[in-house]
Amino acid sequence: MTHTVLVVEDEPNIVLSLQFILRQAGFTVRVARDGDQALRAIDDYVPDLVVLDIMLPKQDGFAVCEAIRGNESCRNLKIIMLSAKSREVDKERAMLLGADEFVTKPFSTRALGKMVKDIIAPSKPPMQANQS
Amino acid sequence: MSGGLVLAVSILYLGLLFAIAQFVDLRSAKGWPLTRNPYIYTLSIGVYCTSWTFYGSVGLAATRGLDFLTIYLGPTLVFILWSVVWVKIIRICKVHRITSIADFIASRYGKHARLGGLVTIIAVVGTMPYISLQLKSIATSFRILVSSSETAILHAPNEQIFFIDTTLIVAVALALFAILFGTRHIDASEHHEGLVAAIAFESVVKLVSFLAVGFFVTFGLYNGFADLFSAAADSGLETLFTVSRDSDYSLWMTMTILSMAAIICLPRQFYMTAVENPDESFLRKATWLFPLYLLVINIFVLPIALAGRLSFGNASADADMFMLTVPLFHDQAFLALIAFIGGLSAATSMVIVASIALATMVCNDLIMPFLLRWKGLNINKNDDLTGLLLTIRRVSILLILILGYAYYLIASESYSLVTIGLVSFAAAAQFAPAIIGGIFWKGASYRGAMAGLALGFLVWLYTLLLPSFAQSGWLPISFIEQGPYGLTFLRPYALFGLEGFDRLTHALFWSMLVNIGAYWIVSLSSHQTAIERIQGTLFVDVFGHTDDERDSRYWRGSATVADLQQLVGRFVGVQRAAQAFSDFAAERDINLRKNHSADAALLDFAEKMLAGAIGSATARVMVGSVVKGEIVGLDEVYRILDETSQVIEYSHRLEQKSAELERATAQLRNANERLKELDSLKDHFLSMVSHELRTPLTSLRAFGEILVDNPEVSPEERERFLNVIIKESSRLTRLIDQLLDLARMEAGQMDWSLDTVDIAATVREAMAALAGLIQENDVEVKTYIPENLPMVRADRDQLIQVIINLVSNAIKFCNKAEGRIGVSVTARNNMLEVGVSDNGKGIAEHMMGRIFEKFHQSIDRGEDKPQGSGLGLAICREIVTFLGGRIWVANRPEGGAVFTFTVPRADRQDIRLSAE
Repeated sequence: MTHTVLVVEDEPNIVLSLQFILRQAGFTVRVARDGDQALRAIDDYVPDLVVLDIMLPKQDGFAVCEAIRGNESCRNLKIIMLSAKSREVDKERAMLLGADEFVTKPFSTRALGKMVKDIIAPSKPPMQANQS
Repeated sequence: MSGGLVLAVSILYLGLLFAIAQFVDLRSAKGWPLTRNPYIYTLSIGVYCTSWTFYGSVGLAATRGLDFLTIYLGPTLVFILWSVVWVKIIRICKVHRITSIADFIASRYGKHARLGGLVTIIAVVGTMPYISLQLKSIATSFRILVSSSETAILHAPNEQIFFIDTTLIVAVALALFAILFGTRHIDASEHHEGLVAAIAFESVVKLVSFLAVGFFVTFGLYNGFADLFSAAADSGLETLFTVSRDSDYSLWMTMTILSMAAIICLPRQFYMTAVENPDESFLRKATWLFPLYLLVINIFVLPIALAGRLSFGNASADADMFMLTVPLFHDQAFLALIAFIGGLSAATSMVIVASIALATMVCNDLIMPFLLRWKGLNINKNDDLTGLLLTIRRVSILLILILGYAYYLIASESYSLVTIGLVSFAAAAQFAPAIIGGIFWKGASYRGAMAGLALGFLVWLYTLLLPSFAQSGWLPISFIEQGPYGLTFLRPYALFGLEGFDRLTHALFWSMLVNIGAYWIVSLSSHQTAIERIQGTLFVDVFGHTDDERDSRYWRGSATVADLQQLVGRFVGVQRAAQAFSDFAAERDINLRKNHSADAALLDFAEKMLAGAIGSATARVMVGSVVKGEIVGLDEVYRILDETSQVIEYSHRLEQKSAELERATAQLRNANERLKELDSLKDHFLSMVSHELRTPLTSLRAFGEILVDNPEVSPEERERFLNVIIKESSRLTRLIDQLLDLARMEAGQMDWSLDTVDIAATVREAMAALAGLIQENDVEVKTYIPENLPMVRADRDQLIQVIINLVSNAIKFCNKAEGRIGVSVTARNNMLEVGVSDNGKGIAEHMMGRIFEKFHQSIDRGEDKPQGSGLGLAICREIVTFLGGRIWVANRPEGGAVFTFTVPRADRQDIRLSAE
């Protein structure tokens, strides 16, 4: 069965690009535009991975991450956090809250696609996907 | 009642008083002072209640109603609320061995004999009416009691007994009694236990006898208060016990203020409360006990007054004598006798204490300084002067009473008791500024006190005393009616045309105005001598300077012990001086050799001891006369003395400094906070810039990679992706432009081209630029631009920018389904106002304040993320503010938000200044 990825992002064009990349990689893609939508979507159906932007309307990515980690039924849910702010503190905070990876915008679509695959089906050790 | 019986009872009563005084004096000489308790002390302060209280209050209540209460309200207020004044005065009196109010004032203002003399003269002249009041009451009451006929009760006849005026006999008898009482010792600052005991006893007698008459009237003649008061009300007397609307409030205030001053400044009151105070702690009990005494003695004033009015109807009975005539009218001769004794005790207590206090002042502050200068008298030779001092005091007492009698002859017949008393109160009140100012204000000077007292006293003489002579025919009555020599503006009851007040308020107003005014102004403008500064410091800071060591630094010259002892001996008696000196030596465990030179402490001791006998001013001169060499290095003394003050001041300054430091720290902390805030704002700004730049970059990179990696995508998709790239590139460009604009504006480096601009054309141009966007979003736009709008002064391109930003914002946030936008221009006074409204959701209250901040996108405003950099409104604000206008936002009641900004009109030059 195909794995499901939830994209939580409020920039329509970035959503568009992520949708394209992940579908190409063979994932089912769902989209949420803000923190509330994201949590509702997860309540509805627990995906395998969330690509979670930090700057979101209503609840920000940190709050969503914290909520996911506090939810027992999302034990296996992987989280990749996206940030356009490039601040070290944000990365630290994300990792502390239980994110699996932290990616800074703009990102490499190739690296991100590979990172998602590696996290969901770890054949090789996950590699850093950064703005290379 | 036979005159003999009344006379016998009176003499018996006075004999009893004398016995009490002797007994107590003997006891205290044996080391068992009976008067050393706060109750006796409080009762002795009861000397305040004289025959004025005993007879006069009833008289006043019977004619004027509740006005009599004010005379007790003042003292009650002072004792309960302002006992701190008494605490301070009492301490000063003890430390400086003050003997009288004249001594107190003279000592405070540098021990000048002249000031003491002035105070003494004012006190004597001012007390004169008061003593005459007592004489009048005793004489009148005596006459009423001995004449039995009804007409005599109503119109007390001025009979003569033994061919001499009764009143003169009373005056002489009281003088003898006061002499016997008050001049047994020479040291006026020593406690006269016998006197205090006798006065306290008199306070009990007058209280009991007043209550006796009161009980008889209230419960004997009537069935209690209610019965009496309703009977009075039935006879139309209720105005006497209600505060009617037409009461004279200014008189009410004046009497309260006067009595407040009097309780401190009356010479006898000052003497009893401060000079004779045996223990400072007694005052604490007196603060409530004395007001209680006043309350009790006043309970029956109204009932007796009402009963008098009811008994005699409207017959012109002397209301001042109701205390006697009411019992006599109801055939209670014995009760009348008791009342007479009460009145006698009230009068004698006043006369005795007042005459003793005044005689001390006359002797120490008036006659002694004069004698000292009179070389022919050779007073500087070594005679024993105690006899002379006593003689002076005795003669003074007699003279004071004769003066009182003289005033009685001149003026008393035409005035009621209370009116006479109030004249005295007004004179005593003249001391209040010098006393109160003297203990709280170091800057008050000798010249200020002299000027204030002298002028206040002159005004008193002119507005109260002289008119009373005129009323009695001793001066032409035209003096009152037309003023002296027909100068109407000098009429004593309407000085300088001040009319509409009662005489008392008028006199108090003028006398206090010139008194306080001169005291204050002259003090400020005159230079204080060293000794004035010293005394000022010692008085004001009395609680900081009470140790003897400090005071003893006054004297620095040399005098032998023998010289000093001899000097003191001359005034207080050789034996007492020897005793005092050996006590002094024993206390300090030193051996005083006759030919040794006295140290500063002994000199000071001698001066204080002398001050107790002859007053501080004279004592200073006398000690100075035996001290050889450098008498006093006053300026140096002042420096030493001032140390304490300086230490206090220094620590005060330290406190101030540390407070300043704390303030500075707080300011620093605030600045730091502000810096941190700015830092975090900058941090925030940078991270927002990063975010805003990275977001379009992300799309650019992502779609670029996608297109490179996926050559197989459909042409439609390719076109869509390329469009995204184009859009995001222009977004990036716009953002960079805005950032640079904003940076330039904030740094003041923007090139503005200010011109006279037609706002209507500007709005139309902006709307034309937005036409595509409007069409794209299917928004209905309504513009309202009136004809003939005045021109504005602005940068045309920037103005267009503002309008575009606001309108595109409105398009972004208006109702998606049925978007409506309004653009309007309104002419105001100095401005044109441009409003841009939408029909969206409006702005949350908490966002209002921050919406114009950079990157403060109201992401909660719409469902979708708004497209924009978050800099548009910040730029609008920069532009509008620079142009000299204002921008704000509000929610419309019908929904949606309205952004409004103003631009200065070109025809209003002054307003444009900020835009130049």
